Amino acid sequence: METLFFLIISLVAIVSAILVVTCRNPINSALSLILTFFCLATYYVMLDAPFMAAVQVMVYAGAIMVLIVFTIMLLNIRVNASKSQSHKIVLGTIIGFFTLINTAVIVFKGRVAIPSGPLTGEIIKQQGHTELIGREMFTTFLLPFEITSILLLVAIIGAVILAKKKI
Amino acid sequence: MDIVILGLPMMYYIAMVAKVLVAFVFVLLTVAYSTYAERKIIGHMQVRLGPMRTGWHGLLQPIADGVKLFFKEEIVPAQASTFAFLIAPIIALVPAFITFAVIPFGGVIEVAGYKIPLQVASYVDVASGKVYDINVGVLYILAMSSIGVYGIVLAGWASNSKYSLLGGLRASAQMISYELSAGLAIVSVFMLSGTLSMNEIVNLQSGVGGFDWYIFKQPLAFIMFFICSIAEINRTPFDLPEAETELVSGFCTEYSSMKYAMFFMAEYANMITVCAITTTLFLGGWNGPMATTIPLLGPVYFVAKVYFLIFFCMWLRATVPRYRYDQLMHIGWKVFIPLGLLNIVATGIWNFILQ
Repeated sequence: METLFFLIISLVAIVSAILVVTCRNPINSALSLILTFFCLATYYVMLDAPFMAAVQVMVYAGAIMVLIVFTIMLLNIRVNASKSQSHKIVLGTIIGFFTLINTAVIVFKGRVAIPSGPLTGEIIKQQGHTELIGREMFTTFLLPFEITSILLLVAIIGAVILAKKKI
Repeated sequence: MDIVILGLPMMYYIAMVAKVLVAFVFVLLTVAYSTYAERKIIGHMQVRLGPMRTGWHGLLQPIADGVKLFFKEEIVPAQASTFAFLIAPIIALVPAFITFAVIPFGGVIEVAGYKIPLQVASYVDVASGKVYDINVGVLYILAMSSIGVYGIVLAGWASNSKYSLLGGLRASAQMISYELSAGLAIVSVFMLSGTLSMNEIVNLQSGVGGFDWYIFKQPLAFIMFFICSIAEINRTPFDLPEAETELVSGFCTEYSSMKYAMFFMAEYANMITVCAITTTLFLGGWNGPMATTIPLLGPVYFVAKVYFLIFFCMWLRATVPRYRYDQLMHIGWKVFIPLGLLNIVATGIWNFILQ
């Protein structure tokens, strides 16, 4: 049952990912990308990581893609004219092939293949995925977390200064 | 009873389908009759009668409206982006409905020896007797509400008309800014509950004879959340995206027939969902006097609270004039967000003192 579900979701994910590249209309590409993000969120749910799934939908499909859709709409990018792109296709296929091999080697043979550590699947199920992320983020990784938030603050202030001519 | 499919008893599947149907039909019927109730209530508030002709006191009005919209001609503008134009009403409608999956509308009832929790996305573990639901229920709701924005943005853009585009831009700017303050208001509830599961949040409010509601502990958060939610679903007094005096009908100007009806349904379904979320987070969900001893009282209390809040929304619409756009943005960014942050700090200090 779960395998069947996984296969269906994977099919949708792959088809929508292909549509992101092949759609002529940029808005339709953006919509396909949102669908791909949804499928990724479903994977997180199947991996017992519901918090990651919710955040994936909220941040990527919700916030970031809204900005991209906005940009496309306001710049009014129209359907791009078709050009001869055969050399790009060949180059892209070669690069894609090597990336696939690289990813496969890392996943099956690399350090992430069988992760070891105190957090096993049982402990995560027992204590709760959200609770564990929260605790680690505000104890072990407090400094990186705070530095990231300052970085974001700098970016916001920078945007305000750039947008406002007179302050 | 003993048939087991994929490790789960047959009753599990029957209960799931039944719960989905009940929740869906409940929302659909409430959508239909809240349009009628809105016209009737506002009519009486303005010393009019409201719809009177179709059926007894106009009771068949929603059905007549539905049939009328169904048989209208469907027009797709020549310059519209067809795919986005067709898919926009669906994107607007679906999140409004599926949010109901995580809202508990009653306690655990027992049917033929099998325990069924009255919440669509949940089940009772037979071995431990515990109720399991999505343990990030509130985040799921926030995620779905951020998906709902697309329906309106796409509708505005795909119509290829200036009124639609302006309406769509207004709507999305408004929804994104009020999502933030609504989220901040919910955070203070999390700080009291310590969990993101809707079921747990309701159970935590069952003390003091079923009246240990979070509205008494977090009155400011309740007011902020409710106002922000009304702004997020674009209802009066914050219905600037479809301000008919300025923008004809906003993002749905170019829509006709059933597609227009779908936006209409989405608006009302969103209102019901928001009222249900507010009930769950602040008004104790299905809790009330005797609700834990008599399980069937739970849904009654839940529906009563949701209907009261829907009535409150309509009351607001009849009472408060529309806001100006700069006032709306001012309230959202300069009043609600600082207040929400202050509320979080105050809740934190309070929690610290209590420990």
